[in-house]
Amino acid sequence: MKVTTRFAFFIVFLALALTGCNKQEEAVSTKTAEKPAPQAAEKQVKAGFVYVGPVGDGGWTYAHDQGRQAMEKLPFVKPSIFLESVHEGAEATRAITGLVNKGCNLVFTTSFGFMDATLEVAKKHPDTVFMHCSGYKTADNVGTYFGRMYQPRYLSGIIAGKMTKSNIIGYVGAFPIPEVIRGINAFALGVRSVNPKAVVKVVWTQTWFDPGVERDAADSLLDVGADVLTMHQDAPATLQAAEARGAYVIGYNSDMRKFAPNSFLTAPVWNWGALYTKVAAEVKDGTWKSRQIWWGMDKDLVRLAPLSDKVPADVKALVKEKTAAIVAGTLKPFAGPISGQDGKEVVAAGAVIADADLLGMNYFVAGVQGAIPK
Amino acid sequence: MSLPRFRTERRELNAPLLRFLAPLLSVLVALFVAGFLLLAAGVDPAAAYLEIFRESVGSIYGLSETLVKATPLIFAGLGVSLAFRMQIWNIGAEGQIYIGAMAASGVALFSGIENHLLMLTCMLVAAFICGGLWAGVAGLLRVRWQVNEVIVTLLMNYIAILWTDYLLFGAWKDPKGFNFPLSAQFSDAARLGDYFNTRLHSGFFLALFCALLLYLLMERTVWGFEIKAIGSNPQAAQYAGMKTGPAIVLVLFLSGALAALAGFSEVAGLQHRLIHGISPGYGYTAIIIAWLARRSALGVVVVSFLMGILLVGGDSLQLTWQLPIAFIYAFQGLILFFLLAADFFLQYRIRRVAGGDA
Repeated sequence: MKVTTRFAFFIVFLALALTGCNKQEEAVSTKTAEKPAPQAAEKQVKAGFVYVGPVGDGGWTYAHDQGRQAMEKLPFVKPSIFLESVHEGAEATRAITGLVNKGCNLVFTTSFGFMDATLEVAKKHPDTVFMHCSGYKTADNVGTYFGRMYQPRYLSGIIAGKMTKSNIIGYVGAFPIPEVIRGINAFALGVRSVNPKAVVKVVWTQTWFDPGVERDAADSLLDVGADVLTMHQDAPATLQAAEARGAYVIGYNSDMRKFAPNSFLTAPVWNWGALYTKVAAEVKDGTWKSRQIWWGMDKDLVRLAPLSDKVPADVKALVKEKTAAIVAGTLKPFAGPISGQDGKEVVAAGAVIADADLLGMNYFVAGVQGAIPK
Repeated sequence: MSLPRFRTERRELNAPLLRFLAPLLSVLVALFVAGFLLLAAGVDPAAAYLEIFRESVGSIYGLSETLVKATPLIFAGLGVSLAFRMQIWNIGAEGQIYIGAMAASGVALFSGIENHLLMLTCMLVAAFICGGLWAGVAGLLRVRWQVNEVIVTLLMNYIAILWTDYLLFGAWKDPKGFNFPLSAQFSDAARLGDYFNTRLHSGFFLALFCALLLYLLMERTVWGFEIKAIGSNPQAAQYAGMKTGPAIVLVLFLSGALAALAGFSEVAGLQHRLIHGISPGYGYTAIIIAWLARRSALGVVVVSFLMGILLVGGDSLQLTWQLPIAFIYAFQGLILFFLLAADFFLQYRIRRVAGGDA
């Protein structure tokens, strides 16, 4: 009897531990800065943000929070509220409703999994403006926004193609969804534009924020000979893996060089402030209209972080030239000819993949080694 | 020289009032200790607790959200507590929730039934049977080959979750979903009704009904008596002519089936589609709930409700004071810790014994 009861306690503590595993305990958070209330009588914007990870993730959510803080500096913006580590799916409905109940008249939901919840709450609150990041559903008061991250991804691919010695480049992918696949393809096209012999090996972690799993995935790529790594996650675990083993690494989301001071080359990064300030101004002026925003480097929503000293001068010059071409619109990463993994042509010379096809991209281009679960 | 040693020993406590008051007291102590945490974070504890109360039960909306949150916890908690009654450790409620969600979604997406009641009944039955069979595997292995059900049920969780992902990334992917891991939305026939313009859906009342049914089964039937008898002394029960083998399989079947209903109610009542990560750990929380509820069906309802308050209230701390999520987890963990500790000290005392005897 005693033994079984003790065992039962063991079970309960096991359950506690397992419950804990599903949470992200590494959250480091900052409180919103106190700000005196603005005096103006004109319409004030009070924004709410729903984050999928902790603001201290160093990547995706951190970048959104930097954008939020940039927006808060506007005189007509009241101190905003954010909710971090909100579960995707039905959980998000309560979070979004909570923000509206707290008086937010502009709500940003910053992960794909918040899509249904955003539309559900928006239906009940027609006077609030909702902006959903990376989704495809809109309503009268729901717009979507995202950035052409594939542009700086392509540029970072050029650097990787130039820096690799083993001609094996590792890519730690999150989920096999179009956003990630698009980034991998653009990166590989960049690599191949300067180094046709290099391959990009992809492993999936099926996580956005799980530093342990992501680190293991990065190590597995290093084990098979990759000497340049990049990744598509919210956390900088891949950078730490590369730093530990002396491989080069390209970050993502935010300038992550502090996590890999000796290995860091660059990172395609988000500058959400450019978009958040614009949307806030539109809401204040009453000019906001529901639409699908997909800005690129020309609007400075996406950037390439400053290149580190490890990148030689000639590569720096090349990247500078290509950056200017992308901003000017003369270089399009997804312009043909592009062939698929099997070598068959998917885009003819002179053609460019349409935005709608990019948004649903479901195949790898030549040079990528890995599989998309079908 | 010998160090002082401590030993836990069972205490025979015969104080029903204390048994009843202990959880209440432990909550108060937990709130008191957590208050220092709040103070350290610069938040007035009284205001914080008032806010938690207000946001989780102080309005129709808050209350409805708390009940919505409690619903899957009740189902899963009932399943787990039923098995625990028999000293069968079903750690697999999480996976059983996924199986239930998958089975119900399969019916909703591909059966083409248009009648509302028939569709929901088929979804419910599919979830019930599939969840039952899933957990029944562990029962068979246990009875036939003495395989420990803790290991089997725990590891089967990962299979269930990955199986769901396999379908969502493949055959069940919404064709209009731009390749994202979610199924198509259910037709209206496959959705549980909701009430008062909130998200409270009939799954909650089904959960209450199941709790009542289980209570009657356990307390008022011979079968329930047998389960408890086998749980408290399997040898004696066998001696008395009870068939422990079939009883174990059946109990695990029902346990899994109840947990699977959580999956059914989540997809039919709340999500209206199958998504990646349909349960954020309800199955594991259910273990704690079953334990705190002392494995009683009605207790599960009460504890699930309290857990709902804790979860919904945690949101409000973030919303109002922008406390970091890590703080919320610490706060929730602290309260659970005190509840479990109180439970432990009701049953055991720690006694210092002379060293050197080991």
